[in-house]
Amino acid sequence: MKIVVCIKQVPDTTEIRIDPVTNTLIRAGVPSIINPADMNAIEAAVQLKEKHGGHITVVTMGPPQAAKALRYALSMGADEAILVSDRTFGGSDTYATSYILSQTLKKIGNFDLIFCGKQAIDGDTGQVGPELAEHMGISQVTFVSGLEMSGEKISAVRSLEDVSETVEASLPVVITVMDELNTPRYPEISRMVKAYATEITVWGVDAFEAIDKTKIGLKGSPTSVKKTFAHAIEKENMEITGESDEAKAAVMVQYLKTIL
Amino acid sequence: MSDFYMTELQKELVAVMKEFGEKELKPFAGYYDEIAEFPMDAYKKAVKMGLSRMTFPVEYGGAGIDHKTHAMMMEELAKYDASFVNGLSATVLAALPVRLAGRTEQIEQMVTVIGNGGFAAFALTEANAGSDAASIRTTAEKVDGGYILNGSKCFITNGNIADIYVVFAKTEPEKGTRGISAFLVERNREGVSVGKHENKMGLRAASTSDVIFDHVFVPEESLIGQENRGFKLAMQTLNYSRIECAAVATGIAQGALEACITYAKERNTFGKPIASLQAIQFMLADMEIQVQAARALTWQAADLADRDMINPEISSCAKTFASDMAMKVTTDAVQIFGGYGYSKEFPVEKMMRDAKIYQIFEGTNQIQRVVISGNLLK
Repeated sequence: MKIVVCIKQVPDTTEIRIDPVTNTLIRAGVPSIINPADMNAIEAAVQLKEKHGGHITVVTMGPPQAAKALRYALSMGADEAILVSDRTFGGSDTYATSYILSQTLKKIGNFDLIFCGKQAIDGDTGQVGPELAEHMGISQVTFVSGLEMSGEKISAVRSLEDVSETVEASLPVVITVMDELNTPRYPEISRMVKAYATEITVWGVDAFEAIDKTKIGLKGSPTSVKKTFAHAIEKENMEITGESDEAKAAVMVQYLKTIL
Repeated sequence: MSDFYMTELQKELVAVMKEFGEKELKPFAGYYDEIAEFPMDAYKKAVKMGLSRMTFPVEYGGAGIDHKTHAMMMEELAKYDASFVNGLSATVLAALPVRLAGRTEQIEQMVTVIGNGGFAAFALTEANAGSDAASIRTTAEKVDGGYILNGSKCFITNGNIADIYVVFAKTEPEKGTRGISAFLVERNREGVSVGKHENKMGLRAASTSDVIFDHVFVPEESLIGQENRGFKLAMQTLNYSRIECAAVATGIAQGALEACITYAKERNTFGKPIASLQAIQFMLADMEIQVQAARALTWQAADLADRDMINPEISSCAKTFASDMAMKVTTDAVQIFGGYGYSKEFPVEKMMRDAKIYQIFEGTNQIQRVVISGNLLK
């Protein structure tokens, strides 16, 4: 079984401070960590490998410093690491990022499972995993908090806002995982020593012959961030009472008219 | 720690120790200190990471971690709980004579025990043989096919949880230091028993007990290195372990300093944080100066060991300076915390209790000074 894990290096938001003048994040001096949900993705892959055997390739797109994140993943149990890094990839939004990652996966080839974290703590979009599956034209199972594998199929529990559902998917499939899925292990010291003695493979734009250069980087990104703000979600319950179902429905229709 | 002197790997290893310490040790250190039990859950995780076998060469399943890197890692862990480090290091210490002089099978046996989560103990000290280690009375009488061990060891770290002991005993009592040999003794051998458990002032979560050897038969293959060369082996081992001792003492002090910095910024008197008082500022500065100096000396001693130029005098200097320093820094830390420092509600009183033993074990600081001055005046 061939497993690919896509991870992202993010600033450690527990140590981040806000610039009181510009109201933007002060990134200087903030340590980088592996996005927490991506740690669960690596752990899920390692657990599957321990149970069913296989080979894990960990992939990240980012600047050269992101090699540190890959070495951490190798120390947890990944077998191979690829850093996708090129100046022309800089400024990519989720669409461009997932497109570049899809090219990376095509180049790796023969994968059965692709793990991603459900979303990153810096951008918080949760889009790269699903978009990656779309670019590849394969199935996706998002927000996974439970996972079983039997033969050529996976069975996964998806944790949605108010419900959870169990779905099955055949391979290959993109799975985005939640932190409830597992507890990431600590890296193994001997693997760390090995990981730091290993050159990390770097794939730049030239590594991809068929890449569409209009779809990468800042210029290839259809979206741009205008403003970042905290959106408050307020939930309220209301009880609809009435003599009959028809009466209740009428109350509901009335209510819906007032809010739409 | 100073980034400049550290490789990327060393920085990452220390970062992982920090993560482990914050999550697995810090929240429970006070509890295990109180009940005087070793934190087994954390130890199991540490074993899984390979912490107990990491100093073994790669060909034996270790990670080939050198002394300097080991010192950095143990310093970081000691910030959170020196007791935990003590239990871990006692195992690593016991493995050292085997690595230095043992046969391949013995090293493999040691790695297997340790790598699977077992403990080892270094059994040299006896009731009347502490600093004067040559006065041990435990004997190993040569018999057909092996030796019979008789004697009693005390203050043995991991004594009651060890699966395997490295025991120093007299093979030729009349020959003094040249009549001592080292043996690998499994816990389950007939005649091995654990005696009194020490109720200690500090390092309370680490187990310290008497271990008794009553007509214990060990086969010839249990001899570590050559017969009658055990004393030298013990001294060699301690030259290395004093470096780690220095690192752990430095870590305790660093932990106390960090706790003080946080507290001094939070604690208000007369309407402002005590960190704004020069009396406190100077105490913090003195702590930093001393911790930095101890670390530099420790790294120097470790660096020499890694270059196969181990210098027992430098190891002694590092151990003595770092432990005296840790005692001073932790005492000042309790002072900065005031009444709260004296309370078990805050971690610094434990650090002060833990620091004390580093002036005593692995050769008291007085014995270290005898060795150091002896070297100067020879």
